[in-house]
Amino acid sequence: MVEWTEFERATIQDIFSKMDYESVGHNALTRCLVVYPWTQRYFGNFGNLYNAAAIMGNPLVAAHGTVVLHGLDKAVKNMDNIKATYAELSVLHSEKLHVDPDNFRLLADCLTIVVAARLGSGFTPDVQAAFQKFLAVVISALTKQYH
Amino acid sequence: MSLTVKNKDTIKSFWAKVAPRAEEIGTDALSRMLVVYPQTKTYFSHWKDLSPGSAPVRKHGKTVMSGVAEAVSKIDDLTNGLLTLSELHAFQLRVDPANFKILSHNLLVVLAIQFPDDFTPEVHVAMDKFLSAVALALSEKYR
Repeated sequence: MVEWTEFERATIQDIFSKMDYESVGHNALTRCLVVYPWTQRYFGNFGNLYNAAAIMGNPLVAAHGTVVLHGLDKAVKNMDNIKATYAELSVLHSEKLHVDPDNFRLLADCLTIVVAARLGSGFTPDVQAAFQKFLAVVISALTKQYH
Repeated sequence: MSLTVKNKDTIKSFWAKVAPRAEEIGTDALSRMLVVYPQTKTYFSHWKDLSPGSAPVRKHGKTVMSGVAEAVSKIDDLTNGLLTLSELHAFQLRVDPANFKILSHNLLVVLAIQFPDDFTPEVHVAMDKFLSAVALALSEKYR
């Protein structure tokens, strides 16, 4: 069972309540596909991913970024039961999508950087710690059903 | 994953903007590392104060950033250019190389905060590659 402090709970709720899901999702996924180009292997049917501009302008990337961010909503709303909440999504990523779990960490790092840029000085070391802990728990839950 | 000519140009131009704020950036990155990855504190048990922005953190942030600046100036041959620093890290400091990744991540976070418009995906990938190359050069003498 993951223990959350009051500060951590409040921080996560605060970040997500103020988040522009479309924009952050789009930017985070774009960044992931540009900074770690091998992640493009999972998006063969997305069309033009030839360069950063193409990726940024690709509507399928934008749409998928939003899907991923809304997927995080489940964890935000069920912080005390993230493992069970993600059981089905974990099976999906393993059995159907065949995503190497290391990619979750890569996307999480990009998401951290996008959120940091948005919050600026508000993204203090303690806020960063809470946010990264939250993402680590989500990643652990998403990896749980792999065998 | 070696640095292309374009990567090097991107890094040098971006670094020109970073350099004036190097001390602040180094301090913030180190502060974050110590808070978000508490295991890194084990390397600094000799410091009186490990809190964000403290005097020893500030001083060391400056030291680290001048190392990065040196790497930028020797970007065309990091392995040879950083030989002395590699020996320092390998034989005296004996920092587990996994920590280079951790500090690099925190540097990127600070750069994103300080340069929200300039730290584009293209600059991000160039800097990430550069910091990985620096880490590799620093690991050269380890074994």
